[in-house]
Amino acid sequence: MVDFEFFREIIFPRLLDGTLMTILLIVLSLLPQVLIGILAAIGRVYGNKIISRLSLAYVVFFRGTPLLIQLFILYYGLPSIGIYLSPVFAAVTGFSLCGGAFQSEYVRGAIQSIKKGQMQAALSLGLTRTGAILFVILPQAMRRALPGLANEITYLVKYSSLAFMITVIELTGAGKIIAGRYFIYTYIFTLIAVIYLVLVTIVTRIQKRLEARLSYPGIVTGR
Amino acid sequence: METNNGPVLRVENIHKSYGDNHVLNGVSFDVHLGDTKVIIGPSGTGKSTLLRCINHLDIPDSGKIYLNGEEVHGSRKDISTYRRQIGFVFQDFNLFDHLTALGNVMLGPVRVLDMDKEAARELAFVELDRVGLKDKAELYPAQLSGGQQQRVSIARTLAMNPRLILFDEPTSALDPELIGEVLGVMRDLALSGMTMVVVTHEMGFARSVANEILFMEDGKILEQGPPQQVFYKPELERTQRFMHKISELYGNEDSL
Repeated sequence: MVDFEFFREIIFPRLLDGTLMTILLIVLSLLPQVLIGILAAIGRVYGNKIISRLSLAYVVFFRGTPLLIQLFILYYGLPSIGIYLSPVFAAVTGFSLCGGAFQSEYVRGAIQSIKKGQMQAALSLGLTRTGAILFVILPQAMRRALPGLANEITYLVKYSSLAFMITVIELTGAGKIIAGRYFIYTYIFTLIAVIYLVLVTIVTRIQKRLEARLSYPGIVTGR
Repeated sequence: METNNGPVLRVENIHKSYGDNHVLNGVSFDVHLGDTKVIIGPSGTGKSTLLRCINHLDIPDSGKIYLNGEEVHGSRKDISTYRRQIGFVFQDFNLFDHLTALGNVMLGPVRVLDMDKEAARELAFVELDRVGLKDKAELYPAQLSGGQQQRVSIARTLAMNPRLILFDEPTSALDPELIGEVLGVMRDLALSGMTMVVVTHEMGFARSVANEILFMEDGKILEQGPPQQVFYKPELERTQRFMHKISELYGNEDSL
């Protein structure tokens, strides 16, 4: 079994480093992911034919191919055309692009659920379409999309472990190294599973807080 | 203010089709400063489409719209600057669901006219007071009755200080007992000299407030004139029949 000394000296510091790296990957990917999702959704719904098609092509590619393959292309493939990304940067880029494709579908659904009259009322006041999207449509759509967005973030927490496949020593990677060296697989991976569960729980908590804070009378929350 | 005596709004030979459906077949009329024009007619004759063409929520296939002598056309941005001068009140209110009554009224002045927030707030209170809803400023649309929502939407339009306001069946979505409060606000507006074009089935309002009635059918204006003439001495047999039907439906007494 694992004694306390061993835990304090070996396991704890390495898993802590791994956890911090995982959190770094999540935090760095989160904002770009949501922003890309919003832009792609707006492109799909409001863009002209070219922009709309481009947005669709982006979604089809990144939603339809394995994230691992995307990461391999970014990290192992791009050097062949002279582009060298650091492992962390390649991972964050992959997570942002892949997650953004899923996020855009949540946002698109939310935008399309807003009554047509909202846009027309905004236009009739003299807002431009961009102004109407920014000040009337998105504030409502993003609130409706929030459960979906948070859902994708919980996926992000978990698929961040794929970064290990392109040499980023995050939580799963750090765990695998210790587990393999000391033959304590069950112990380490159970511990790691619990850490992921804690991270996901934090995301869910933040989602609930945000939903409560952003809700207004009459919004459809499903509660 | 304007010194010319030309019409505030000139609508010239507007045509609009959806596929094979010719909704508007050459509509023309002028609206002068302080006019209250009421458009009546059977459902599906293009009355709402006409209003929506005036501020280009729908783009007319042909014909011209002039606002204070300037043709309404051009890029999206140009159209936006026309729209800010033309108020529009919708049948189903279309208040912004995520904003309070106050926020709804403030949005236009802040985002379109670049007014600073404090000034817009004061203005919004003034306009809400004008429709009798100052005490509801902090409530959200979902917390207001239909009549209150429609009055907020009128305040929202007034905050833009429009040259004229288009009303698209403003009371059709309301419970009967809520219609009066909205018509009351509209009548006060008309009396205060606001230029208005109103599509409505409220004949009492039309009779007592309008200075001209336009009777529309099949995308054309069939007859127009002062209420006394259109209601009691219509020239066309078709207008007579419509008036007769309407008075059977709604009763003959003035509801306002």
